[in-house]
Amino acid sequence: MEHLIWLIPALPLVGFGIQLVGGRRLGDPRAGWVATGMVAASFLASVAVFFDLLSRSEEERSITQTLFQWIPVGNLRIGMGFLADPLSITMCLFVTGIGSLIHLYSIGYMKGDPRYSKFFLYLNLFIFSMLMLVLGENLLVTFLGWEGVGACSYFLIAFWHTDTANASAGKKAFITNRVGDWGFMLATFLTWTVVGSLNYSDINAAAVGGSITGVTATAIVVLFLVAATGKSAQLPLFVWLPDAMAGPTPVSALIHAATMVTSGVYLLVRLNPLLFEAGWANDAIAWVGAITALVAATIAISQNDIKKVLAYSTVSQLGFLFLAVGTGNYVAAIFHMVTHAFFKALLFLGSGSVIHGMAHDQDMRHYGNLRRYMPITAGTFIVGWLAIAGVPPFSGFWSKDEILAGAWSFGPSGKVLWFIGLVTALMTAFYMTRQVVMTFFGTERWREVELDPAHAATDPANAAHADEHDHHGLTPDHEPHESPWTMTVPLVVLAGLATVGGVLNLPFADGLHFLEHWLDPVIVHPHELPAVPTLVVLAGLATLGALLGIVLAGAVYVRRQVDPSLIEREVFAKGWYIDWAYSWFTGGPGRDAFDATARFDQTVVDGAVNGTAALVQRAGVRSRRLQSGQVRGYALGIAVGAVLMVGYFMTRMGF
Amino acid sequence: MNQNSYLILSAAMFSIGAIGVLVRRNPLVMFMCVELMLNAVNLSFVSFSRSLGNVDGQVIVVFVMVVAAAEVVVGLAIVLSIMRRRPGANADDLTMLRG
Amino acid sequence: MLAATVNSETIVWIIASTICLLGSVGVVGSRNPVHSALSLVATLFGVAVLFVAQQAYFLAVVQVIVYAGAIVILFLFVIMLLGVDSQEDVWFVERRIWRRPLAVVAGAGLAVGILVTILVVTSQVTGTPSADPPSSDFDVANLGSVLFTKYVYAFEITSVLLTIAVVGAVVLTRKAKGAIDLDEFPPDPEADPADEADPADEADPETAAATVDEVAR
Repeated sequence: MEHLIWLIPALPLVGFGIQLVGGRRLGDPRAGWVATGMVAASFLASVAVFFDLLSRSEEERSITQTLFQWIPVGNLRIGMGFLADPLSITMCLFVTGIGSLIHLYSIGYMKGDPRYSKFFLYLNLFIFSMLMLVLGENLLVTFLGWEGVGACSYFLIAFWHTDTANASAGKKAFITNRVGDWGFMLATFLTWTVVGSLNYSDINAAAVGGSITGVTATAIVVLFLVAATGKSAQLPLFVWLPDAMAGPTPVSALIHAATMVTSGVYLLVRLNPLLFEAGWANDAIAWVGAITALVAATIAISQNDIKKVLAYSTVSQLGFLFLAVGTGNYVAAIFHMVTHAFFKALLFLGSGSVIHGMAHDQDMRHYGNLRRYMPITAGTFIVGWLAIAGVPPFSGFWSKDEILAGAWSFGPSGKVLWFIGLVTALMTAFYMTRQVVMTFFGTERWREVELDPAHAATDPANAAHADEHDHHGLTPDHEPHESPWTMTVPLVVLAGLATVGGVLNLPFADGLHFLEHWLDPVIVHPHELPAVPTLVVLAGLATLGALLGIVLAGAVYVRRQVDPSLIEREVFAKGWYIDWAYSWFTGGPGRDAFDATARFDQTVVDGAVNGTAALVQRAGVRSRRLQSGQVRGYALGIAVGAVLMVGYFMTRMGF
Repeated sequence: MNQNSYLILSAAMFSIGAIGVLVRRNPLVMFMCVELMLNAVNLSFVSFSRSLGNVDGQVIVVFVMVVAAAEVVVGLAIVLSIMRRRPGANADDLTMLRG
Repeated sequence: MLAATVNSETIVWIIASTICLLGSVGVVGSRNPVHSALSLVATLFGVAVLFVAQQAYFLAVVQVIVYAGAIVILFLFVIMLLGVDSQEDVWFVERRIWRRPLAVVAGAGLAVGILVTILVVTSQVTGTPSADPPSSDFDVANLGSVLFTKYVYAFEITSVLLTIAVVGAVVLTRKAKGAIDLDEFPPDPEADPADEADPADEADPETAAATVDEVAR
């Protein structure tokens, strides 16, 4: 079965090709079904490889398949190769699995859009890139996928690019990612210099064998951290993710919840032996994650756009993943990655369903009591809510708890990290409860408020595709409706996964640690979790925190006991002014620096080149005067030359 | 007098002739200065021939005179043709070699 | 060196070299080309005397006959034909002022350099005694025999050279048949000769080609 590895990325690529050539002819909705079929087939291939790996013994669970020599230049031999081992197959499974569900969802969501097939073209290309990233056997194939997902993210965010805000959001995402890519490239160069190879097996072997130590290892890891920060939207490069909500909701679900943003974490986990050698770089990773989680959670509390809440929630949860990686708790990171993929995709798709039913109005202040009109959406959303809040027995509880427990036993700073994580978990529960309450419960606020049509459709580009609905804005007599089965079926499936997902790595007995055992060959230094009694206490505290958050949110938003504006502070709503600071810098001093550089280039560099040409020309004009045609002048030259020659002979004589 | 005095004279004549070629503009006078230089050379050849006791030096002088004669003939013919077309022309006016 | 014994040769040398130098300066510095030609004659005579003083009698005679007697006469003929009188101002201002001093320096430097080189080199020459060789070596007979044995090729080639020179001179100065005789169209005295297009140079090859045809016919 192992020779089917190449099929996993090849099938979406074929789908991309089909869409490229005949997508427009296939039309709505056949193009969507073709695309979904391709990704589903890729999922089946992943399952086949998974079972093949399962059937082998632990030591043999690493298959490489090299298709061809990609770059054979001198010492540099880089092949187009795939590495199928537990880690990459796990990623493949949930990427293709959730990917196919989201493709199915998109068939209904994007119905009526004039560029229907183009959407699926980009989606398939994205899945292909992500799979290349994950299956790559060396850093360069991963980088191919890395850049590919960045590009597709740009295409998809700016899908409704006729609105300049969407186009800007796409550009912002791409450019911020680019900053991270710089780190990736430098780290790759450094790795090549130190190890001499870009294969993961060689790099990890070198790290274990002790050839990469100390400053080099720290430098490489810090550079990869920069790369991961860009891709996974951590501080300070997270500013693109909330803006990326300008893209269609399936895009947000797929790219910005489940797959692309996890690639940074995947990279770090893949290189875990290197991380082990990297000293304080691990602390850096953990702290970046923790601070990001906290800050993003505070911002999420005061957002009114349903998707923006989820966007900041994603940033926050990714912070948890980084926290796990930084504390050496790689299994927990992967565990939470998988469960987060389940419930975040569920939440995003659910929000898409709500938006779909509410004439594309995304402002939660215009919602309320939607559970009466959209029962399936409401039910699945609530499951997602409980999962992300960390309420047992949903999957989010198990994975988040494992991360927090791992942080506790990290060392002296671990206790502080744990505390930050706990507070963040509390806030997560708070803002998610707020979102659920505002959307599905309470009074039907859109009926009360006078809305002007221009204001109601907060995402004007969405109006382009909503021709089946009353897309002229939310009117007081609007009747929300449930979404078609293509949209609700994925919701139900994901809800089921979010519920039972915890089973992957239950802490009760060693035999239930499926994920841990499964990932054993990949993780070189397993993390020691605290002893069971401590574990139980920590779990209890985490659960208490979650419930406290829910209760507090209830107090504020259901019973109106506390004024919301105390909690929803301006500084949170404006994202701690980080984005504003970036704009100010690049518009102001940054701009001046860029202009100065451009001027330097013009005057110095261009001046040197043009100046050389001018110099040559002037020298030529001067030299031309030598050839005056005057014989006497020539004779004089000859005479002078003769004198010089005689002088030379005189010196030779020893004069 | 020994050889050196003749050589000094020869050098002096040569340099005067060279200066003349470089300074004068009239083609005929320039030619005469060239003849002057040739004579200086002849003088030094003869003096060497005498001091070395070798008659080859004098043979060379014969050849120099022959060639000088031929050169003067052709040169004056050229000068004549040019000056006929352009009376009053001098070396500075003939700038055909101008690049 | 110069402070040798004062004998007849010394006196002859002094007188002859004075004549030569004065003549040279006269050639270079005379305003009138005719004066230059006459100074040249004086120089040539001086050189002939020096040849005699060095016992190169044949050469002295040839010098007088060929150089002073033929070549200078040629010069004078051309001067007469062209009618160049005191047209040129020797002391004109050079367009580039640095040319004249540079010329003087170059000339003087050349002379000094060559002189010094030769003097140093010859003082290092050993072996050959500086005694006067027998004068029979410099007989005309000896000269002739060397000329016709050792240097016979050069001799023959120079003969051919002379013939070519004569032919060339005739060719160069002939007027082509049917060519425009500019003597019939005297140039405008006000016009600057430099402004004229160069018919002289263009016509010469023409002339040469035409006259070759004529000669061949």
